Amino acid sequence: MIEIKNLSKAFQTDGGMVEALKNVNLTIQDGDIYGIIGMSGAGKSTLVRCINMLERPTEGNVLIDGRDIGALSQKELRGIRRNVTMIFQGFNLLMQRTCLKNICFPLELSGVKKAEAKKRAMELLETVGLPDKANAYPAQLSGGQQQRIAIARALATNPKVLLCDEATSALDPNTTHSILELIQKINRELGITVIIITHQMSVVEEVCNKVAILDDGVVVEEGAVSEIFANPKSTAAKKLVYPDGEEPLAVSGTAGKSLRLVFNGSDAAGSPMIARMAMEEQIEANILAASTKTIGGKVFGSMLLSVSGGEEQWKKAITYIRNVPDVTVEEVGTDV
Amino acid sequence: MFDKIFSPEVISEAVEILKNEFLFATWETIYVTVLATLFAIILGLPLGILLVVGEKDGVLPLPKWLMHALGVFVNLLRSVPFLILMIMVFPLTRLIVGTAVGTTASIVPLVIAAFPFVARLAESSLREINPNIIEAAQSMGASPFQIIIKVMIPESVPSLISNATIAITTILGYSAMSGIIGGGGLGKIAINYGYYRYKYLVMLAAVVLLIALVQVFQSVGTRLATKSDKRLKNRA
Repeated sequence: MIEIKNLSKAFQTDGGMVEALKNVNLTIQDGDIYGIIGMSGAGKSTLVRCINMLERPTEGNVLIDGRDIGALSQKELRGIRRNVTMIFQGFNLLMQRTCLKNICFPLELSGVKKAEAKKRAMELLETVGLPDKANAYPAQLSGGQQQRIAIARALATNPKVLLCDEATSALDPNTTHSILELIQKINRELGITVIIITHQMSVVEEVCNKVAILDDGVVVEEGAVSEIFANPKSTAAKKLVYPDGEEPLAVSGTAGKSLRLVFNGSDAAGSPMIARMAMEEQIEANILAASTKTIGGKVFGSMLLSVSGGEEQWKKAITYIRNVPDVTVEEVGTDV
Repeated sequence: MFDKIFSPEVISEAVEILKNEFLFATWETIYVTVLATLFAIILGLPLGILLVVGEKDGVLPLPKWLMHALGVFVNLLRSVPFLILMIMVFPLTRLIVGTAVGTTASIVPLVIAAFPFVARLAESSLREINPNIIEAAQSMGASPFQIIIKVMIPESVPSLISNATIAITTILGYSAMSGIIGGGGLGKIAINYGYYRYKYLVMLAAVVLLIALVQVFQSVGTRLATKSDKRLKNRA
């Protein structure tokens, strides 16, 4: 478990003190894939660097399994860094070493015997799907392949936590997807806790179970990805969930009341539910607006319905929807 | 003037001198240059590393006053003209070699003149490294010493080789000057025959040989640097 407590970080710049992080509190449970998302300059890279003390916080503590790592000696800290490894946006491989030797590097640092390190590196090349690249140099690989080697390198010391600093930001969408799949596999099969720093909501959607939204050095919202997606409260969260503007729900030209449905990870996609409602209960519902997203096979988002047929049908519809799991319903005026 | 330089007698005399002296002089030049470069690297490379890692944001920050002192020391040595330096270090040369004149003795002032230069070259090579790679090594728990030995030096090998090539060709040029204090080699031949005895043809031959040596060093160095650089694609 990683606990970040009252963490603040200020930098001295030419223009005076800049507060990169302000009183950040987060708890990351073992086995989480925890997303930390924010716009550029929100302080996410600084935050992740505080987790392995590449940056020393100005105030506050970082506890890994209850140990305050800010209080450790340099030597002890190096030990921690074998347990909490990192991958980067720019891959940061040693360009004059072969892939195999890059993966051996952290083992070399901790004094593992050469033959043993080589064996482990070969296994890891297998894990990341590049067994034939052992003797290739990083410059001969594509970006996605380089990131795979970097992941293998980060796994060499059998870490408990993997920090990903914008690890997919330099990659195209397909490659991003395959790298995220690999990260998910590592999390599932090796039980490694993953912390993902990103500015891309799609990355969080695809792999994270929890997310913290960082805005100008402050955690404005935090929780399960499903909750944040279903019901973003802060301006920063809304901006990330609806990058094209505010909830596209307001519609004009409809008289009377409508129903607002919120999907909190329901199994049913929107249309079958409405179709079933029409067939089973003979309720005619009209979709006025919808903004839903499918994350991991579950539906999140909201939908605005109008129901024809008067008060009775209206009540029947509400009762029906209330019985659908993971969907909440409320009555709203048309001006919503 | 040219018919005087290229008259048959002059040519045959020059050929005679070439036969007798040039092979040994070329050897002396190579011996002095290579040894001086070697010692200059032994002293200059660690100094260059210190100049980079000792900075405030470096991997092994050193006290500010020490960094300042190192900088001044390097600049001071680099600003003394080589001719003067050769004479200034006579006592030191005597201490190390036993005499202040002669071929071996000329290595001492050459090293002293060259190592601060080598330090600056090494410094510039090491600064070319992507700082993110160093950060990555830190994130893996590398100690400052491991970063220097396993990251900074190996990652800058191609650039270090290029700069060593610049160093060796510069030292070759300086070594020619040491003919003045009795240092042997092509420089001495050029001065003794060309300057003191007006045998221009011999001087010309010595200069041509010096140029040829520079060419050889440079092309070997460039080839080594390119060959060692794994960042260049399709060069497994």
